[in-house]
Amino acid sequence: MLEIENLHASVDGTDILKGLNLSVKAGEVHAIMGPNGSGKSTLGHVLAGRPGYTVTAGSVNFLGQDLLALETEERARLGLFLAFQYPVEIPGVSNMEFMKAAVDAQREQRGEKPVDAVTFMKSARETCKAVDLDPGFLKRGVNEGFSGGEKKRNELLQMMMLQPRLGILDETDSGLDIDALQVVARGVNSMRSPERAFVMVTHYQRLLDFIEPDFVHVLAGGRIVRSGDKSLALELEARGYAWLEDEVA
Amino acid sequence: MSDFMRQSLDSAATSAPPWLQDYLRAGRARWESASLPTRKTEQWKYTGLQALQPSYAPAADGAIVLADAGVELPRFGGYRMVFVNGHYSPEHSDAQLPVGVSLVRFANADTSQAARIRSYLGTVVGQDQALFTALNDAALADGVFLDIAPGAVIEQPLHVVWLSGNQAEAFSINQRLLVLCGESSSASLIEHFTGARSEQQSFTNGVTELLLEAGATLCHYRLQLEEAEALHIGRVHARLGADATLNSFHLALGSVLKRVDVVVDHSGQGAHCELNGVYLPRGEEHVDYHTCIEHRVPHCTSSEVFRGIIGDAATAVFNGRIHIHRDAQKTKAELSNRNLLTSTRAEVNTKPELEIYADDVQCAHGATVAQLDEMSLHYLRTRGVARAEAQVMLSFGFINEVIDTVRCEALRDYLRVLLTRRFARDPALVGSVS
Ligand SMILES: Nc1ncnc2c1ncn2[C@@H]1O[C@H](COP(=O)(O)OP(=O)(O)OP(=O)(O)O)[C@@H](O)[C@H]1O
Ligand SMILES: [Mg+2]
Repeated sequence: MLEIENLHASVDGTDILKGLNLSVKAGEVHAIMGPNGSGKSTLGHVLAGRPGYTVTAGSVNFLGQDLLALETEERARLGLFLAFQYPVEIPGVSNMEFMKAAVDAQREQRGEKPVDAVTFMKSARETCKAVDLDPGFLKRGVNEGFSGGEKKRNELLQMMMLQPRLGILDETDSGLDIDALQVVARGVNSMRSPERAFVMVTHYQRLLDFIEPDFVHVLAGGRIVRSGDKSLALELEARGYAWLEDEVA
Repeated sequence: MSDFMRQSLDSAATSAPPWLQDYLRAGRARWESASLPTRKTEQWKYTGLQALQPSYAPAADGAIVLADAGVELPRFGGYRMVFVNGHYSPEHSDAQLPVGVSLVRFANADTSQAARIRSYLGTVVGQDQALFTALNDAALADGVFLDIAPGAVIEQPLHVVWLSGNQAEAFSINQRLLVLCGESSSASLIEHFTGARSEQQSFTNGVTELLLEAGATLCHYRLQLEEAEALHIGRVHARLGADATLNSFHLALGSVLKRVDVVVDHSGQGAHCELNGVYLPRGEEHVDYHTCIEHRVPHCTSSEVFRGIIGDAATAVFNGRIHIHRDAQKTKAELSNRNLLTSTRAEVNTKPELEIYADDVQCAHGATVAQLDEMSLHYLRTRGVARAEAQVMLSFGFINEVIDTVRCEALRDYLRVLLTRRFARDPALVGSVS
């Protein structure tokens, strides 16, 4: 589904990703861990096509297409979803209007008409319930004044409404209380299917207790320096990253 | 002397009621001793008056078929009064006024109403300053007096429509509205300027005086939806008594020349005003808002938010003055003006002007000029929303926040539809990020 080969990328002239390889197949869940500043969010942004993030070498194939040749919205319509580590606040644009535009864009891609407002409202409300967010949030500006945890749940809400093929969750578990963590886990688990894959960036082993990953990777210095199964996460929890960095150096 | 200054005022004098004649004469004297501002006049530095024709014909009393003229007049649930080319149009106006309100044309005023009009007219706007107010005074053939009884609570909005139709020559309208909100009364007023869809050249010189007595609340909405060749110079001057509240919203689509001066005078303690507005010039249009918040007495608050989206080669001016007098301690005043330029040729001149002579006050102000936020645009696109649509959503969102301050729900809904259409239709208003 996703094949990243020798990816090099820079931000404002600084090299951040330095030869990253990663292969994700449909049905899999991958966890990416790694020290602060190692390039985890950069990877997500590069995949989503954020302006200012320049790919200097390497390739990314997503569902048989050259992902890097596509516009941001085309990537999304193809089924790529990035839950932001820091979701953007957009006052004046209601969450509801935003999500309807997003859902309609996906439908347009499939040659379908826009969803009618009543049906959409109903499914939005139901999804709100599933992520434990008051439906009142639908009327507010996108992420406007949302607490950290509410923003994360709003990202999850969008992912559940859009039903992407690949969900990249950038620290969606950070800053969540234990109940909210379970909400996120339930949401992701409910979406797991042989057709769909997830890449979860996280700092905490506890998320992986709830969402069991098939693979755990360590991203350090802009590259995947170690991959393993979920026991790697336990080892990292016990030993930190220093031993890996020593090994790499 | 400019030809515009030589226009004849005789027809107004013949059609005005006798009790108004001395008022007209005084206005005429001021007009005749005045001269047209130039770019050297500080107040008119960024707004030229060369678009004014040398002369305008008086507006004819023409019947208008709204559908033929391409005009849709909305209903906001309350009483509606319609003027076509400055002349009252009974067939488009409602017959029955709500209890507690008298809405009378100057031309129709009985003796006691005339006396009330005479005692209030011109007292808010003053007689010293504006040239165009002098012209309005001098040419005042008809006007509207809205008299809200003390204690009256008017639930539904009063909707006054100034519609300009077609006429062979360029014509002018000197429109006047005088509003008296009695003690502890509460009402909403929609002033709605609109026109037939055409290339008609017209010049509206509108003056609105709002007098809020102690404890009165007024929501005042002034919509300028005229088309591109319609010149408009307007002045709204409000005076707030003790604990009075004015909630005011202005909207201006562009035209060749649009200039509005808004003055809110806090003259009783505990008065509060919210003054908000949106302007959306495009093409080669021009919009100029000059606002002035006067704080004369202690314990008053004011909050002002204006936003503009300026497209193509359009220009906008926003000058927001806050004047806190020496005695106005404990004043809280806020002013924010934000502008979105959607083309490299678009221009805006924005200037907050603070004059503060009291020491114990809170005053915050800010003015920005920007393009669409790149990160917001990107975020929308990561959800599959196409760039062009995302730009529309963000531009609309930028002013939607101000529309949210409109308290009248029917009006809010109308504005959203109107603006959605305008945005969907108009790539000039859609911001671009290079
Ligand atoms: N505009 C920029 N110019 C230079 N360096 C940048 C810029 N933006 C990000 N970086 C750097 O890129 C590096 C990787 O950042 P990234 O956000 O990908 O880290 P991360 O692995 O997600 O960290 P965290 O765990 O803290 O979220 C950091 O050192 C960061 O400072
Ligand atoms: Mg990060």
